[in-house]
Amino acid sequence: MRDVSAWREQFPILKRKVHGKPLVYLDNAATTQKPQSVLQVERHYYEHLNANIHRGVHALSQEATDAFEGARDKVRQFLNAKHTEEIIFTRGATEAINLVAQSWGRSEVRAGDEILVSEMEHHANIVPWQMLCEATGATLKVIPIDERGGLVPGAVESLMGERTRLVAITQVSNALGTVNPLGDIIRLARAAGALVLVDGAQAVAHMPVDVTALDCDFYVFSGHKLYGPTGIGVLYGKRALLNKMPPWQGGGDMIAEVTFRKTTYNQLPYKFEAGTPHIAGAIGLGAAVDFVRSVGLEKIAEHEDHLLQQATRLAAQMEGMRLVGTMPGKASILSFVLEGVHPHDIGTILDSEGVAIRTGHHCAMPVMDHYCLPATARASFAMYNTTDEVEVLFEALHRVKEMFLI
Amino acid sequence: MSDLRDLYQEVIFDHNRHPRNFGALANANRHAQGFNRLCGDRLTLHLKVQDGIIQDVRFEGSGCAISTASASLMTEALKGKTEAEANALFEGFHHMVTEGGETSVNLGKLAVLAGVSEFPARVKCATLAWHTMNAALHDHQDPVSTE
Ligand SMILES: Cc1ncc(COP(=O)(O)O)c(C=O)c1O
Repeated sequence: MRDVSAWREQFPILKRKVHGKPLVYLDNAATTQKPQSVLQVERHYYEHLNANIHRGVHALSQEATDAFEGARDKVRQFLNAKHTEEIIFTRGATEAINLVAQSWGRSEVRAGDEILVSEMEHHANIVPWQMLCEATGATLKVIPIDERGGLVPGAVESLMGERTRLVAITQVSNALGTVNPLGDIIRLARAAGALVLVDGAQAVAHMPVDVTALDCDFYVFSGHKLYGPTGIGVLYGKRALLNKMPPWQGGGDMIAEVTFRKTTYNQLPYKFEAGTPHIAGAIGLGAAVDFVRSVGLEKIAEHEDHLLQQATRLAAQMEGMRLVGTMPGKASILSFVLEGVHPHDIGTILDSEGVAIRTGHHCAMPVMDHYCLPATARASFAMYNTTDEVEVLFEALHRVKEMFLI
Repeated sequence: MSDLRDLYQEVIFDHNRHPRNFGALANANRHAQGFNRLCGDRLTLHLKVQDGIIQDVRFEGSGCAISTASASLMTEALKGKTEAEANALFEGFHHMVTEGGETSVNLGKLAVLAGVSEFPARVKCATLAWHTMNAALHDHQDPVSTE
């Protein structure tokens, strides 16, 4: 049984009002709200444990280190990675992708090599590869999408070749909601001898992820889209690969020994974590992982899908509304346009009703170009959203249509 | 937030549905493009300036109701103005939508956009056409962005 009201209780911010109306927060693909337990562990850390990690002999430093490393192991379990040192803390998904592009990319990729991305990628999974291609003379190839917002069938096969070194692909599209067939893509990449980086930023809060079963080489996500803090994210990489990769930033913590003649680097995962990390953030992320696991991602997915089906039904009944991204088995993202009203105007009018949605290009300008749209409006659902809130969204959309006389 | 109706006045809906001076302009001698990165709106402005006077002005592009209405109202306001007068209108308009309150310039019909100052997220929509006009008059070649 789903008990959404008990879930909601965990999120203090959901009690606030916006412009005198109860907040209806439907911008979860941008960032999710934080449960009490995450807020509490961060506060507890600063009130009781605050110290720098991996370097003090004093009690606080030891306790802070234990909490930080404990969080790393929670993330390992969450992703079902084999080894704790395969979990690298970063600032977020963006930084994790840049880490791979800089470290693996600059040392492994040569002129004439090819990197495959899809047309539905977030800019974070496009630009670092463009920069790599520019620096190395490699070529960026793009897997096209079709009208429904899925990868064009057969396109991965035909684009994958001898020179393909890496496929960088999102698990769930933030602009369309599409869930990509990772199993097939990874199998094709294996056959071609290419690596696979999965952008899990939009996936981890909505479906169980098992990197060992997936057999991807890299997996990245951001804590803040998983009910955790901002400023913390994760790079998972297979140990053998990470061991071979050079460090990408230099500084404290990532070294074993420094002399002016020569510096030797620390082992995994510290080799990739130069400088004092976001300790409170990592601990908060650990609490977020605990929270999501205690509720259960299957239950969350089922509830969100229920909301998406309701919203999709109401959308079909609304004249002039067109969904952008209509693949079966979508994640809980409803991207849409209303005939005769610019998404920006929709956003302002919904905001006046307390309904928070995202309008714009969603950092996926190639997707907008594909549909010849400057922007869309996007409602994205999380575990704490309710069927009543979906009703409020559509009442507010009716208000938009009234105002614009359409 | 102040009332939505302060922002979306009837005049604005009217200009959004029926933009004035919309389309290309033959024998225009100044052009500029504007781009609002936040919402992806693009606007192209064509001006015909002779002896320091704006003889004609038209715009193309697509945008939200605020930016379309603002561009439409701007083209009406600019016709027959000297470049100096256009600059003064730009200053006055900018002041009205960013700071709110009284302006020293008589903005006439443009005052229907005064409500924008209560909606900070929409200031860029209202000023896109004006920044573009500014670039066209000062002959800037690069597309202007409202960032
Ligand atoms: C699919 C996808 N990838 C990457 C990112 C980047 O995440 P962050 O900004 O947290 O690094 C996002 C965030 O919107 C996303 O939706």
